[in-house]
Amino acid sequence: MQNFPSILTNTPQTADLNTELSTLNLGPTHPATHGVFQNVLQLDGERIVSGVSTIGYIHRAFEKIAEHRPFYQITPLTDRLNYCSAPINNMGWHMTVEKLLGITTPKRVDYMRVIIMELARIADHIICNGVLGVDTGAFTGFLYMMEYREAIYEIYEEVCGSRLTTNVGRLGGFERNFNEIAFTKIRKFLDDFPKVLAEFESLFNRNRIFIDRTKGVAPVTAEAALSYSWSGPILRATGVDYDVRAMNPYSSYEDFDFEVPVGTTGDVYDRFLVRNEEMKQSMRMIEQALEKIAKEDPTIFHADVPEFYLPPKEEVYNNMEALIYHFKIVMGEIETPVGEVYHSVEGANGELGFYLVNDGGRSPYRLHFRRPSFINYSMYADMSRGMLLSDAIINMSSLNVIAGELDA
Amino acid sequence: MSDIQIVNAPPGVEGSGFFATTLDKAIGLARSHSLWPLPFATSCCGIEFMATMGSHYDLSRFGAERLSFSPRQADLLMVMGTISKKMAPVLRQVYLQMAEPRWVMAVGACASSGGIFDTYSVLQGIDEVIPVDVYVPGCPPRPEGIIDGFMNIQKLVQTESLRRRDTPEYQQLLAKYGIQ
Amino acid sequence: MGALNNETLLQKIQERFHEQVTFIAEPYGLLTVETSRENIIDVLSFLKADAELQFIYLTDITAIQYSEQEKSIGVIYHLHSLVHNVRIRIKVFLSEQDLNIPSATVLWHGANWMERETYDFFGVNFDGHPDLRRILNVDDMTVFPMRKEYPLEDPNRVDKKDFYFGR
Repeated sequence: MQNFPSILTNTPQTADLNTELSTLNLGPTHPATHGVFQNVLQLDGERIVSGVSTIGYIHRAFEKIAEHRPFYQITPLTDRLNYCSAPINNMGWHMTVEKLLGITTPKRVDYMRVIIMELARIADHIICNGVLGVDTGAFTGFLYMMEYREAIYEIYEEVCGSRLTTNVGRLGGFERNFNEIAFTKIRKFLDDFPKVLAEFESLFNRNRIFIDRTKGVAPVTAEAALSYSWSGPILRATGVDYDVRAMNPYSSYEDFDFEVPVGTTGDVYDRFLVRNEEMKQSMRMIEQALEKIAKEDPTIFHADVPEFYLPPKEEVYNNMEALIYHFKIVMGEIETPVGEVYHSVEGANGELGFYLVNDGGRSPYRLHFRRPSFINYSMYADMSRGMLLSDAIINMSSLNVIAGELDA
Repeated sequence: MSDIQIVNAPPGVEGSGFFATTLDKAIGLARSHSLWPLPFATSCCGIEFMATMGSHYDLSRFGAERLSFSPRQADLLMVMGTISKKMAPVLRQVYLQMAEPRWVMAVGACASSGGIFDTYSVLQGIDEVIPVDVYVPGCPPRPEGIIDGFMNIQKLVQTESLRRRDTPEYQQLLAKYGIQ
Repeated sequence: MGALNNETLLQKIQERFHEQVTFIAEPYGLLTVETSRENIIDVLSFLKADAELQFIYLTDITAIQYSEQEKSIGVIYHLHSLVHNVRIRIKVFLSEQDLNIPSATVLWHGANWMERETYDFFGVNFDGHPDLRRILNVDDMTVFPMRKEYPLEDPNRVDKKDFYFGR
């Protein structure tokens, strides 16, 4: 077993100095922590000697609720896991159930999903990198970027009618087709956003203050990151090219041409760069998806699975079969296969896994979420040791821990 | 000419060279346009609050430019997101640290009633531990909804009498929550 | 080094552990095996350290409860070999009276919080865990809420009248 990385070597020697340690209670409501995390830190001056993380301040018992809800009612729960990129969670859940039920989705549905998921990834990274700028003292970048997060939210609104907790998609596909306005807005976003991202990068990437604040802060070796089961951009910043999209392609990611950006040192600056690069790759994927969609039948937006996909309302009123299926779906009379399935997608923060055990009933027997924020955050107290307090704040910001996903 | 609009004066008596109104109207007017909110953001609604504060919706237009992260200087406690039972004592502590007059806004279904999380770990509405002035529905509410809630708080602030906080009714309300 | 598939993986495990590791199933292409708590650390460290298998990534630890079984609580490990891109699921079943299992924190740091979460929800005691406390729920909680016998809703609520809900 490898030891914890060299972060610990710069722990100050307090023994020969006649100093007292002070205790700082950082959180659970602290403006520098984005969300409800508590860290009780022992400080020697500004240097952290040790820390204890307490979490669970918004524990909402998702897994317990999921045992009491039918499959399609679990989608809104997944929204509230990582609410910065809710569509990825929605799609991940749908794909898990589709895997259990053995539903294959048409290519066009897959590409539509890719568009929505990659938009969500961009929205999430906008927040993370924008807020990292705010924490290092540069508010401007945040304001520029937030404007474009609104643009993404407007696309969500066209697609599903909701901004943040989207509940987008259904088992087998989407509840409705993308309309022309949605496509127009997506294309407009693809035209406008690269310029803004370039501007954002020019504000930060070679900014002396930003580099001083982030470069060499909280470096993590690949061994330590793997030992702590890290995943997502922060793992890739350490140099491990583990990306679920590339390794276990779902939703036809294998049809896309994209690169997995990796860093070298795993410090805050590398995480920032990896996220910026991922946004560019996401845009590449959306462009490809638009091209691919143009070649598909424009009327298809869901798989042909009447047992699980609610029929349109006017059909229910006028058509016998539709009425029966509607009734059976809503009342939970559909037989589902007994079994267990693990499916994971690349969430904005890392591998978002769904471990579903089904006993054939209308709701899962057991549903466990592998939540990347929870697992990534477990290193925080250890890696803060020996760090300056101001660096620890930036480190937390760059881990992009989302409280809803952390506490489930 | 500048297009900056100035708030309308409260009703009062006007003559040549003077304008008279009651003190609480004048103070209410001033207070309502310089509320310092304390964003107690825990989950999803906090992200929508971010949008409300951001460039697109711009809550600063309503005089809430200055977010007060210290409860001691805050006028308005905006509770956004699920409050679990583990968090409830913290929320109460924050409320107690605020100076009078203080207002509370419950943003979103979770803060108002527990929302969809009817579970062993979630507080079923923050009004179980602190009094609330305005509830904003939605899961999460749109930024427009949050702004509407904020404007309703402004109305309350404008019309509140200066003695309200000394009345026995108000003391009773606090006593109901065990606050002296 | 050829590609690793589930058959060769199972074969390799059984060469080493014989009948101490039993094959359960292969649902949706994910090899699932069962072992006992005496062997679990050996199995995990074999999978992690073996030069060919290299299951260096601990994806998840969780638990499940089957009330009707004699050994009702199952601890479930998901491992991932990043080199071969193969996953494996390992289950250990424990009886509710004796919920002790060695901790995997000796192999992975990441197991720390996963095991704390499992303890918090199911009450599984991970022996040798450096800091086995509740993680998500309040410290003074006495029950293990994910077990089937405990209700989802707060039983102490007074404002919820059963007759409004048809109960």
